[in-house]
Amino acid sequence: MNRRTTISFAECTARERLALLVDANSFHEWLPPAQRVTSTHLAQLGVPSAFDDGVAIGHAQLAGRTVFIAAQEGEFMGGGVGEVHGAKLVGMLRRAITGTERPHAVLILAESGGVRLHEANAGLIAVSEVMRALLDVRSAGIRVVVLIGGSNGCFGGMGIVARCADWVVMSDTGRLAMSGPEVIEASHGVQEYDSRDRALVWRTSGGKHRWICGDCDVLVEDDVMAFREAAIAAISPDGDSSQPRPATLITLESLEQEHALLTARLALLPDHVVGDEAVALWKLYGLGNAGDVAEMNVESLLTQRPTGSQI
Amino acid sequence: MNWNELATALFGSDHTIAQEGDFLTGTVQFDGGPLAIIGTTNHAPIGVRLALKQARAVLDTVAGHPGCPILLLIDTQGQQLRRRDELLGINRAMAHLGMCIDLARRSGHRVLGLVYDQALSGGFITSGLIADACDALPEAEIRVMRIPAMARVTKLSEATLTALSKTNPVFAPGVENYVAMGGVRRLWNGNLQEALRAALSDAPTEDTRALEGEQRGGRNLAADVVRRVLAAA
Repeated sequence: MNRRTTISFAECTARERLALLVDANSFHEWLPPAQRVTSTHLAQLGVPSAFDDGVAIGHAQLAGRTVFIAAQEGEFMGGGVGEVHGAKLVGMLRRAITGTERPHAVLILAESGGVRLHEANAGLIAVSEVMRALLDVRSAGIRVVVLIGGSNGCFGGMGIVARCADWVVMSDTGRLAMSGPEVIEASHGVQEYDSRDRALVWRTSGGKHRWICGDCDVLVEDDVMAFREAAIAAISPDGDSSQPRPATLITLESLEQEHALLTARLALLPDHVVGDEAVALWKLYGLGNAGDVAEMNVESLLTQRPTGSQI
Repeated sequence: MNWNELATALFGSDHTIAQEGDFLTGTVQFDGGPLAIIGTTNHAPIGVRLALKQARAVLDTVAGHPGCPILLLIDTQGQQLRRRDELLGINRAMAHLGMCIDLARRSGHRVLGLVYDQALSGGFITSGLIADACDALPEAEIRVMRIPAMARVTKLSEATLTALSKTNPVFAPGVENYVAMGGVRRLWNGNLQEALRAALSDAPTEDTRALEGEQRGGRNLAADVVRRVLAAA
């Protein structure tokens, strides 16, 4: 086994992730911080703004192929999507279709709590514009890959956006969901969801759970190079084709399959479960040693993805 | 407005829209052609089950009634805030609903959203906000969060947020704010049948909301940022 120094993806900033994920020195940023494209709404509220509004976008090379790539910065307002932040993502996605240079694929390093509440209305509309732009990119045959491994997870509208992509890569420490545990606890009490129970939060939204269920396609360790390898694999052509690996077509048939999968999942888990619901679901999916998942490393979990989630 | 009053005003008292729990569905005749109705009521929280019900109705319309326009009747308190829904992948179910609507649009169905009561965040983003166009009744309410809750999260005073909401539509609840930002195309004032007729006839197929927000002065940054990204060296 190769020994190398592992760099935690979760602990990197958005720009560090970008620099390490793509080919060395190949990232070229659009609207970089020097241009100071900031949120005027935050300024109006007296809240500090960022010169990139919490997201970096641009083009880069990945294993020698041109990709468009975005990275959300979780340290700035939790990666929340405001008007400018959202418009930068939309601009990058539209450029993939309308620009002179067609990228091999579009990558989004998602880390976000969802809509930025300080500019809530604009953020909500912006996320829906990102969804539509992303689906336009897929419809044009360009593959969209979302990578999730930041410590703030991928929540709210961005959790929906991630599931609109062709391919999702997560680390075991990554989280993908809709509402955060704090919001659910505030709404329905600690007995509904104890947000301080880290193990419960990870069983409910963490990378291993999402991988067992098939909500992410690839599970990696919290290691930037593992993300890079997964990203390269995600955009590499099948076999020895020289053509870009195309987007998966969204058709009535593919959505009927997705519908059957989600309906079966809903029916699979009984209303009342003795013990932990996540562990029960994993068992129902056919994972033999479901009780040991928390202690398992990624490598050993990868040897036993149940077939039940791949209906 | 109550959904049945709305449906009666639009399609007559013999309309065939059925309510099943919080879910509304049916096919009505409007101006001599079929119109598929898919919606929710009772300020429904949208969990996995209700997202899938709506998705099923959209897929059935695409499969069984090619080209039939779809009217989404929106009344939701937002996404279901339950751990079990999170465990079951509510974000995936919502993405699925959004992608079903998107497929309908791309397959030649005109899809129109109408907020007839209230619309909140997660319940809105994969219905009206992903349709060809979303309209609202003037008395409808649209928001991400109420001002008191927003004040707690942002640690800004309610007074500050209330004052700002009068000059900048991005902060506060209100259907007019969504119109100004381009998120809602127009309000249905006056005769409802005429409003629906107009809405179906001029629904755009491209996403022009950022431009509309700019023209209406409610969202001044988004369209310009998109243009700058497209033009960036």
